[in-house]
Amino acid sequence: MMQLAVRPAPLLNVDNLVVEYGLGNKTVHAVSGVSLQVARGETLGLVGESGCGKSTLGRAVLQLRRAKSGRVMFDGEDLTAMEGEALRRMRRRVQLIFQDPIASLNPRRRIGDIVAEPLIIAGLKDAAERKRRVHEVLSAVGLDPDLVANRLPHEFSGGQCQRICIARSLVLNPEFIVCDEPVSALDVSIRAQILNLLEEMKARFGLTLLFIAHDLAVVKAVSDRVAVMYLGRLCEVGPSEQLFARPAHPYTALLLQAIPVPDPDVRPAESVAAGEPPSPIAPPSGCRFRTRCPRADQRCSAEIPELREVAPGQFAACHHPLA
Amino acid sequence: MSAPLLSIEDVAVELPTPRGNLRAVDHVDLSLQAGRTLGIVGESGCGKTMLSRAVLQLLPKKAKLTGRVMFDGEDLVRLEPESLRRLRGRDLAVVFQDPMTSLNPVLTIGTQLMETIQEHLELDAPAAKARSIELLAAVGIPAPEQRLAQYPHQCSGGMRQRIAIAIALSCEPKLLIADEPTTALDVTIQAQILDLLAREQRRRHMAMIIITHDLGVVAGRADEVAVMYAGRVVERAPTQALFKRMHMPYTEALLAAIPKLETAPHTPLPAISGRPPDPTRPLKGCSFAPRCHYATGRCHEAKPVLTSAEMRGHLYACFHPIRMTEGIGA
Repeated sequence: MMQLAVRPAPLLNVDNLVVEYGLGNKTVHAVSGVSLQVARGETLGLVGESGCGKSTLGRAVLQLRRAKSGRVMFDGEDLTAMEGEALRRMRRRVQLIFQDPIASLNPRRRIGDIVAEPLIIAGLKDAAERKRRVHEVLSAVGLDPDLVANRLPHEFSGGQCQRICIARSLVLNPEFIVCDEPVSALDVSIRAQILNLLEEMKARFGLTLLFIAHDLAVVKAVSDRVAVMYLGRLCEVGPSEQLFARPAHPYTALLLQAIPVPDPDVRPAESVAAGEPPSPIAPPSGCRFRTRCPRADQRCSAEIPELREVAPGQFAACHHPLA
Repeated sequence: MSAPLLSIEDVAVELPTPRGNLRAVDHVDLSLQAGRTLGIVGESGCGKTMLSRAVLQLLPKKAKLTGRVMFDGEDLVRLEPESLRRLRGRDLAVVFQDPMTSLNPVLTIGTQLMETIQEHLELDAPAAKARSIELLAAVGIPAPEQRLAQYPHQCSGGMRQRIAIAIALSCEPKLLIADEPTTALDVTIQAQILDLLAREQRRRHMAMIIITHDLGVVAGRADEVAVMYAGRVVERAPTQALFKRMHMPYTEALLAAIPKLETAPHTPLPAISGRPPDPTRPLKGCSFAPRCHYATGRCHEAKPVLTSAEMRGHLYACFHPIRMTEGIGA
């Protein structure tokens, strides 16, 4: 492929990543050869239904789950080849926010200590400096440090706990954050607050985000580009606006159709989504979506579709992409 | 108009907690005609599930319930336990959010289906089995006969919810209460389950209450929607009217806070600041006033009651209703 302009190297470059789990004597094919790039300052949204491997991919990026093969390059360094102290040092630059904010905070520890913990692990011995950093990030996420630092997690609502988790992820000044379903456990009115906060924090701290979620509208709200995942493989990647306006992969189109729209004039399309995802223990041959796809034919079961550029910047892995 | 099938009259539910009495449902009136669908929408803690438990008479033991729940001519609150038991599962059925915990993990699907059928209908075992197979086929389960011998853990989440729906439909209920029936499911499966509920409802001319936190779920599927906030119904209207011309600022804010597919990325969402009030400390005024753009001194002093809008069947509880005159704010 001809490269017309010299583009800066991506901050994160995932290359042909394969992650498998053992389950008895069977193998769960969680991530099967995924490649993606995230540019510095970009938010890449990763969507898919439960079991599609999106969380596993997020964890494999951080090396919380080791890949069977493939590489994860972060800022030019291969994380998959790193171990021990080198990996620990690298992890200061990459952080993770989980779905359940209450479960991800130790119920017996005070908020100030929870947020300071990464600093202690990183070896910051100056207590006054630690306190200053904790105050800074708690204020940044909209909490009053003097009021919250000495309190315990159960004294806070889900939305506030997620603010605390975000503060903790920011305290080491990371460059890259994996957000794994950060608003799925929150109510609508709180969800909007947290999404806005993530956007503010991204701008203020110059972050790059991998934003994993099952809700397409939530993903679109914060993402520059979106990757759609199905049963361990990427179906489609492209600029958010373009991907949602003109999906090329039938699975992307199906997901878009299935979303209930809060407008009574939009009649729900009857039974757009036939069938259920097959098991990742025995994924279908060829295209993994073919068992539910209205366009599938012989070729789809014989040949694995590769990601191909279908429109500028938009890639789809489909033998029969939508026009 | 004929008498409603269900009429919830001045129902209040209080739960004792270590921090004092929690007012979960705060004097709610609602009614539903046979064959119609009512959506009850609200965020967690707004009392929507407690209200449905009050209808089913499945409240926690310590809960204090006042008011009347008239169902098909009888007050469920005052019904003998034996009569209530005969009613529940037959005329009054429920589908819960989590199909893993609502099905018994140690009984086969066939046993669970046939148990309900034989409890309420006078059918012998072969007839009950035949009916079970018929029901599983109706809710879209392939190879229903083989499924009867399986256990819930052998089915996917979507399949389990179909089975729970089959059990709920087994005795041709007059009213089906679906409490967040698709919240635990993926979006493509959610669409299938909502389609299934709508189809079976039409076919059986059954009334349905869909309880959800997702305005999108009720938009295309309910005839009427009630919005709850802090234990009260704050707005109630035919679905079209509620979405097109809501009068309650909370409804407007809730709808605005949902990320929309047609909005460009990185557009700040109109979030609702703050959070719902502590239900153990009742507010003197409107419970939404602390978070409301339109609130004035009066809103903090007195509680607005549900008032009729100019349109029949549209009620709102607000001193400063929005979009009241044609052409304004539309």
